[in-house]
Amino acid sequence: MITESDIEHIAELADIGILKDEVPEFTTQFNAILDYFEVLDTVQGEGAPAAGITNVFRDDEPRPCLSQEETLANAGSTEDGFIKAPRVM
Amino acid sequence: MKTIVGLEIHVQLATTTKLFCGCSTDYRDDEPNTHCCPVCLGLPGALPRLNKRAVEYGLRVAKALDMKVPEESEFARKNYFYPDLPKAYQITQYDKPLAVEGTVEIEDDEGHEKIVRITRVHLEEDPGRLVHVAGGSKYSLVDYNRSGIPLLEIVTEPDMRSPQEARRFLNKLRTVLEYLGVFDGDREGALRVDANISLEGSERVEVKNISSYKGVEKALTFEVTRQKNLLRRGQKVTRETRHFMEGRGITSSARGKEEEHDYRYFPEPDLRPLRVAGWVAEIDLPELPVARKNRFMAQFGISLNHARTLTGDPKLADFYEEIAHVDPVLAATWVADTLLGELNYRDMSIAAVPADRIAELLELLKEETITDAAGVQVLREMLDACARGRPCERPVAIVEREGLARATGGEFTQIVQAVIAANPQAVEDYRTGKKGALNFLVGQVMKETRGRADPRELGRIVSECLEIGGV
Amino acid sequence: MAGTLEFSPDDRYNAFITTCSTAPFSDGTLAGIAVAVKDNISTAGIETTCGSKILESYVPPYDAYVVGLLRKAGAAIVGKTNMDEFGMGTTTETSAFGPTKNPADPSRVPGGSSGGSAAAVAADLVPMALGTDTGGSIRCPAAFCGIVGLKPTYGRVSRYGLIAYANSLEQIGPMARTVEDASRLMSVIAKYDPRDSTMLDRPYDHRPSADIAGLRIGIPEEYFGEGVDPRVAETVRNAIAVLEGLGAETVTVSIPGMRHALAAYYVICTSEASSNLARFDGVRYGPAVDTRKTWHEAYQDLREEKFGTEVRRRVMLGTFALSAGYAGRYYAKAQVARRNIMQDFERALRDADIIAGPTMPTVAFRLGEKTDPLSMYLSDILTVPANLAGIPAISVPCGRIDGLPVGLQLMGRQFEDERVVDAAYAYEQEVRA
Repeated sequence: MITESDIEHIAELADIGILKDEVPEFTTQFNAILDYFEVLDTVQGEGAPAAGITNVFRDDEPRPCLSQEETLANAGSTEDGFIKAPRVM
Repeated sequence: MKTIVGLEIHVQLATTTKLFCGCSTDYRDDEPNTHCCPVCLGLPGALPRLNKRAVEYGLRVAKALDMKVPEESEFARKNYFYPDLPKAYQITQYDKPLAVEGTVEIEDDEGHEKIVRITRVHLEEDPGRLVHVAGGSKYSLVDYNRSGIPLLEIVTEPDMRSPQEARRFLNKLRTVLEYLGVFDGDREGALRVDANISLEGSERVEVKNISSYKGVEKALTFEVTRQKNLLRRGQKVTRETRHFMEGRGITSSARGKEEEHDYRYFPEPDLRPLRVAGWVAEIDLPELPVARKNRFMAQFGISLNHARTLTGDPKLADFYEEIAHVDPVLAATWVADTLLGELNYRDMSIAAVPADRIAELLELLKEETITDAAGVQVLREMLDACARGRPCERPVAIVEREGLARATGGEFTQIVQAVIAANPQAVEDYRTGKKGALNFLVGQVMKETRGRADPRELGRIVSECLEIGGV
Repeated sequence: MAGTLEFSPDDRYNAFITTCSTAPFSDGTLAGIAVAVKDNISTAGIETTCGSKILESYVPPYDAYVVGLLRKAGAAIVGKTNMDEFGMGTTTETSAFGPTKNPADPSRVPGGSSGGSAAAVAADLVPMALGTDTGGSIRCPAAFCGIVGLKPTYGRVSRYGLIAYANSLEQIGPMARTVEDASRLMSVIAKYDPRDSTMLDRPYDHRPSADIAGLRIGIPEEYFGEGVDPRVAETVRNAIAVLEGLGAETVTVSIPGMRHALAAYYVICTSEASSNLARFDGVRYGPAVDTRKTWHEAYQDLREEKFGTEVRRRVMLGTFALSAGYAGRYYAKAQVARRNIMQDFERALRDADIIAGPTMPTVAFRLGEKTDPLSMYLSDILTVPANLAGIPAISVPCGRIDGLPVGLQLMGRQFEDERVVDAAYAYEQEVRA
């Protein structure tokens, strides 16, 4: 059983905002889905699918970069060639 | 109380392009956000492509550290949010690293050889660089030029017993990396360290963010003192992450949210696994520091100390080998004792010094055309010229211009007489048997002659003159 | 031959998010043909939103590899089609730009998540379109709208420029009114691209052949069991009988791993999605994040506002499935289940050359009919196995129930896309004749 506080913790971990009044419904739906996922407890065997192809590389040769203008074009806000981001302190 | 130290070292690999895209890694002094493409910016839909050379460099290190390369290794995503991390996950390696179980030999605090075990090495991408706006830091500024630079993370077992051992380990590791040609130690931030430190029986503290290898000893020394003081006061050491503030030489607690991490690792679905164990046998390692040190002692007949110093930096060792033919022991003394000191004083790199000029200088010293004192003077003139980017004159030209050629003592009789005349007190002291007085007088003559004569020969002349004068 | 195509469609079904009123084109095998592109495929200079507000106004500085191939082949890219937000849906109702309606019955959903592409083709606005298929997102809308849709073998079409939902499952594929056109489009887009490390150099260059004499068709009982509308099952059985009439033989096969398929699929796709969608933080692209807040707070506020409910639910499910203490029970188990299903298909495809069944268990739902997420997920049960196994699967129209289209799904061995195309072509030619 997943509780409402579990849901809030998961939302925090995912940096996905969740409104207080959404929590109960998310919790109910989560539990229904997780009940369905219980079928996985009956999976036999272990190990992931085989690796298939391996060792895919490129050579260490430079390719053109985007211009600073192109790099900044989609950013919400910029300053002196930097992209502005929220503060971390 | 035993100190226990383990390190995680992040080394920027000196590839031409980034780990997963073709952007050039040479962004020093360039404008922010000019070495970027959809891949390293984490633009929607872009896919990583693994740089083969980064894998080769990683394996070179693995081989040099005598590590095991598992049959299969794999990249994984480490998920966390931070404004410098464009995809909100770092492509790294988790439960299937490139190589495991290696060793590095260092000297312990008593001067005995000891082994530091290497747990694992793995490849990962560097995040971008955050600039905090001064004054209140209302927001951050991000430069993604560094985003995607290949890093090799090297993790040790907790095998070091003091901050000094940790420093020696890092020096040794750095030397090996430079020998392997996979690392450019001159680049700022090319080697960054997280250190785990505990006092036996106490909780472990992780010090993050040490961006110079010299800072490691400082940070750890601070931590040892801090933790010992806590215990002395009857308090406990808390298990935590602390940041090293390089400028102030202290660590401070990184409390709060940052500490509870759940990285939700899973295999990177956009990359294929690696099967490169078979490559290791093909790698030709260059001669590594220990082998080179031993060879220098055997081949050139130089002391352990000189050999160790000279092989501590591959560029220095190469330099020495270029000029050793003149006279291996003389060359070792001059490079290890004199030249290195002069370079440090000028904050110069050995790369800026023309070996042929130093070889010529050694010839002059070997032939006794000039004295050691004059030799130092010539060396300084040459280095000053190099440091200012001016052409380096030939030593013979400097000797000629400055009149530094060794003179025989006879030429100085006049100067000797003058010095004796000017220092009656010293002459008196000499007569009363104070031996120091002779050295003083010789020193005065040396000064007047700017080191052009052999001090021993001068000593003989000065005492002769004193004897004569006394009769 | 090069020129410009004027495009001003009557988009009464809301098939497009963006249309290009003048679309340039060049010479080539598709010269001057209007092609619509699903809005999760990057187009240089054309807004690409994934049906989400979080990418509103995002203009990629580069073309997806397949878009470059389309341009080179002379296609005129006339617009970006509507889709469930980030591909997360089976109806195209989770789009931030409103639902698409089914041209076969505008009170019904077109299926999803490539509902816009399917509707644009079905409504005759374009002859062909690109869709993407993570767990049925090409085949479901193809079935619901009565057109042809192919999910290629995993690794056959470059994902470079496809905005990832679940990397290990999804492929870009062709949608068209006829098998021949779908195959033609496939021949253009299935070329090796070294930028996609999960690709193999196995280009598709094929003209469909209707000769299927001797083809062994595997019929898995799991595709006709509980949850499948009996009328759909019967329609599909009749279609298989048509193939038998053309000289194919049927064999019974079994995919026992099917009982785990849906749960495994949802664990894997949400896990990958939780990581893929973490980058949408309003810093480098998309609506600007409020930089005065601290980063977690700023991201959470933005992502709550700009992501729809289904996206947030799946991101949270995936975060949970990967989180400490739960990854072993969910993510790791799902990988085992996936391996088992792959092996089931390998085994079945030794006894049979292709496998046939319905594409969807029902006909198209009414708009707004499915409100409960789990019941919506359950409708993907017949399409997700092909994604888990990485095998090619095509949906071809095979009749109608109450006027609503039914799709016949044909699955084949890895890199035998040609074979499922041929079988679909043989069926189509026979019933048209």
